[in-house]
Amino acid sequence: MEDIAILGAGMHPWGKWGRNFVEYGAKAARDALADADVPWEDIGLVSGANTVRNGYPGWVSGSTFANALGFQGAQLSSSYAACASGATALSIARAQIHAGVCDVALVVGADTTPKGFFAPVGDDARPDDPDWLRFHMVGVTNPVYFALYARRRMELYGDTPHDFATVKAKNSRHGVHNPNARYPKEFGVEDVENSPVVADPLRLLEICATSDGGAALVVSSMEYAKSRGISDPVRVSGISTVGPTYPNAIVDMPYLASDSWNAVGDAEHTFKRDIAQVAYDEAGVGPDDLDLAEVYDLSSAYELDWYEYLGLCAEGEATKILHAGDTSIGGRIPVNASGGLGAFGEAIPAQAIAQVCELTWQLRGQAGGRQVADAKVGLSINYGMFGHGSSVIVRR
Amino acid sequence: MTKTQVPAVEGLFTMGDDGEDPRLIGGKGGARDSYFFPKNMGGNDPALFGETERAEVLLSNTGTIWSFTTSSYPPPKPYVITTEPFVPIVIAAVELDNEKLVVLGQMAPGIVVEDLHVGMRVKMIIDVLYEDDDHQYMVWKWEPETSGSETQKPEASAVQEGN
Repeated sequence: MEDIAILGAGMHPWGKWGRNFVEYGAKAARDALADADVPWEDIGLVSGANTVRNGYPGWVSGSTFANALGFQGAQLSSSYAACASGATALSIARAQIHAGVCDVALVVGADTTPKGFFAPVGDDARPDDPDWLRFHMVGVTNPVYFALYARRRMELYGDTPHDFATVKAKNSRHGVHNPNARYPKEFGVEDVENSPVVADPLRLLEICATSDGGAALVVSSMEYAKSRGISDPVRVSGISTVGPTYPNAIVDMPYLASDSWNAVGDAEHTFKRDIAQVAYDEAGVGPDDLDLAEVYDLSSAYELDWYEYLGLCAEGEATKILHAGDTSIGGRIPVNASGGLGAFGEAIPAQAIAQVCELTWQLRGQAGGRQVADAKVGLSINYGMFGHGSSVIVRR
Repeated sequence: MTKTQVPAVEGLFTMGDDGEDPRLIGGKGGARDSYFFPKNMGGNDPALFGETERAEVLLSNTGTIWSFTTSSYPPPKPYVITTEPFVPIVIAAVELDNEKLVVLGQMAPGIVVEDLHVGMRVKMIIDVLYEDDDHQYMVWKWEPETSGSETQKPEASAVQEGN
């Protein structure tokens, strides 16, 4: 598939600002347009990533953000895929550019989040909704899933809580250099180990917070980029929005049960192993070609799973490359140079877009104190609960 | 007056006979033996695309712990907090003996994480989730299986293979 160009990236800093999400998205969008040096009037499509916690404007985010910037006749799209929403919004922009519907598009997502654990939206009893059922019947919060996976690593590979804390410490060293991070603060392993247990063996400093924030990208056809005098833009070379293949044997959010691998499949199958492969195939690259990766560290331990799902190391070897410094800035394949979710917390519809903003700045050499030297190929990965895969490969 | 015990949500499990032999109510494909829990909520096996009905089956009420953790902070609604101060919930994901299916549930009261290990044998019990003036609302929980087979440390390979 032909690449599209990333002309501009912009973010509203992550935090707990408590203001209207539209403000964050509009700020990110204005910054991305200024970064791209593209006039707002030129945008032919606004592809919004939705938020489900901010009423109707959040469900029609393409329209909401376009209206905030001033309706100028662009086509609109609003998509929701939980934490993968941003990648879905980007994939729609790419499809519309390739279809010739528009030359240049704005992709934008933003969120304002409540304090504490995410909980089902709405107060009505919904026993047919797995997300309602898991809270009501068992008290399963999101960190419970992260901890179940962490415990599996301890059992299967001999990982330790100290290994998990090391991931957090590593990402915090990266995040110190990120002006958009919510927690630009260095935490040591001891700080992690002194924080309270949230879901054994994971502690408070290892669990992704819920944040406010916004992120935006201006993307275009390669011809449009050329017409603006940009001959060597950062390009999107692969996008994965793949869903699971039955049976997903590793129980996923928000379900109370895995799929059964009785008739077909095996006990270790999870679609998280398939997400990156789709993007690799599209971009014609593999894990050895990557210069950096932004991965979905919902917990410290979860980052280690992604090393293996991405093929950065063999199954069970994640702690080896962690402790060897491979995944630190300066190492073989820096992971979460931005600081990751550990330094940001998550603003759901903005997160996958923010990952691509970081890769864009890295590939342009604009990442300041967290710059990965000579970065040419970067990958982002996350996934939205209920089964939305999300991975983007960019290169220059 | 004793309160009436009712399932916290209907249709997910049977209460057993005086608490004996309670079961999760699952679904099963006709064309091939894929199992589902809850019966109509588990994602479909694409090979069963043409089947609109799932047979109702009672699932194994014994299994081995696949992983476990705590919910150390009070979960938000619609979870009903019953103790003040909040007592951490211990949660286990259990691979059922016959269906090759992992189901999450709370551990029986009094169990702490230090009591557990991956591969531990457990059985399903019915216990109170919350109550009001007239009813006790019940749920499935897991309890270490002590009678018959002693709890045993699993062999690592057996855990990995999951069968």
